[in-house]
Amino acid sequence: MKSVVEQKVLALNGDEAVAYAVKQCDVDVVAAYPITPQTIIVERFSEYVANGEVETAFVCTESEHSALTACLAASLTGARTFTASASAGLALMHEMLFVTSGCRAPVVMAIANRALSAPINIHGDQSDTMAQRDSGWIQIYAENAQEVYDSVIQAFRIAEHPEVLLPAMVCLDGFQLSHSVENVNVLPDETVKKFVGIRQFPKVLTHEGKYAPLRLDPENPMTLGPLAFPNYYFEFKRQQEEAMKKALEVIRQVHDEYAQISGRSYGDGLLDPYFLEDAEIATVCVGSTAGTVKTVVDELRAEGVKAGLLRIRAFRPLPVESIRKALENVKAIAVMDKSMSFGGHGGAVFHEVRHALYDSGERPFVVNYIYGLGGRDTSPMQIQAIYKDLQKIVEKNRVETPIRYVGLRE
Amino acid sequence: MTSQEKGWKEISIAAVCWKPNTEFLTGDWKTYKPVRDLEKCTRCLLCAIFCPDGAIRWKADKGDIEFDYNYCKGCGVCANECPVKAIEMKLE
Repeated sequence: MKSVVEQKVLALNGDEAVAYAVKQCDVDVVAAYPITPQTIIVERFSEYVANGEVETAFVCTESEHSALTACLAASLTGARTFTASASAGLALMHEMLFVTSGCRAPVVMAIANRALSAPINIHGDQSDTMAQRDSGWIQIYAENAQEVYDSVIQAFRIAEHPEVLLPAMVCLDGFQLSHSVENVNVLPDETVKKFVGIRQFPKVLTHEGKYAPLRLDPENPMTLGPLAFPNYYFEFKRQQEEAMKKALEVIRQVHDEYAQISGRSYGDGLLDPYFLEDAEIATVCVGSTAGTVKTVVDELRAEGVKAGLLRIRAFRPLPVESIRKALENVKAIAVMDKSMSFGGHGGAVFHEVRHALYDSGERPFVVNYIYGLGGRDTSPMQIQAIYKDLQKIVEKNRVETPIRYVGLRE
Repeated sequence: MTSQEKGWKEISIAAVCWKPNTEFLTGDWKTYKPVRDLEKCTRCLLCAIFCPDGAIRWKADKGDIEFDYNYCKGCGVCANECPVKAIEMKLE
């Protein structure tokens, strides 16, 4: 696929790629609180504000809870809003994550994935966002800084789509992506501005008995965030589930439209398969680890091993049917989790991939590898060992240890 | 749950209220009600400003305030703020 516009190549780390994308997206309000490894995002963005390169209102808050509250309020007035966080900061936002999705405020947030305390650790794993997977936010995980840049731009379009209207997280692995400099192709400002467009508002019936655009406006008063008793609360939650279903389609559409302009695509926008078509053994992962896995798959393919990879790009909404179709003909699958669900028999990604495969006729063997917690490196050799394990499972036609830990000392 | 209640496809998203909710008479939550001593009251309107429910209204035609007991929840903020102690909270 070819790009229809001329693009600049900049040396950016993942955090800077986020800030650059946000700068181009005509954002009205950014409210944030610094936390490693996300700090560079808002630091760089505050420089754009100070230099007069953007017209964004930049709000320094006293905590992440307040940062997201400010974003929510701004978003409800119709403003395009952005924030960024990680780890303990995201955990402190927990309450407001649900309020934001429940109020259907399309806030976009970048998360530089980091481990949760205790013990305290500033390095990368996905415990923070996986713990928020039921908060009603769209979650897109990027593989590299280029995809981080592209995903932030797409996220505004997805979140603000009148039939979706849900907040969205773009997740980038802490340090591996947030602090590693790569060559990033950036689109011209005008192209991005045109692509994201102006926020559209669906009309809702208000207490005045008329239909008005969904935003706080003195001309059309409306009550947002009211009390809902047991007779109505449930119905609003069902609406959010419907919006997630709609998001599956919109993520794909926005991804395809963006690919036409930029020349870059990531599978179908939801799933990014690599040599999966005829694969007998495969891994499933989320985020930057896919880069390492692809190198290993290349080596194995050169040796004639039918190895493949499925990278899940959209974890919420989860493309369950596509996952099933992509994996049901594979004989043995290793699902990689960069977080733990203590006492839950494996990690979150494992649970969901196995759940997706329950309805397939040929249920493949599915095992779980927990890796990289607290920023521990995962080497190509360790990934090779995972594929060797899968070959053994296929040979023996049984699984001995369903849940394993990569690089953990006994 | 009654059959008049709407389904999830019919109601406004984001829980936007599609009808005024003044039909809920929240005044029946109260245990104590504010009673005003008309002699002491100076009509300074501080009580009306502080009322969190907007249940104290200025009636221009009467040149006086009025408690709306349909919505007063009996919190007692008015009595606490009154500079001349003209409001007493009485058990209902």
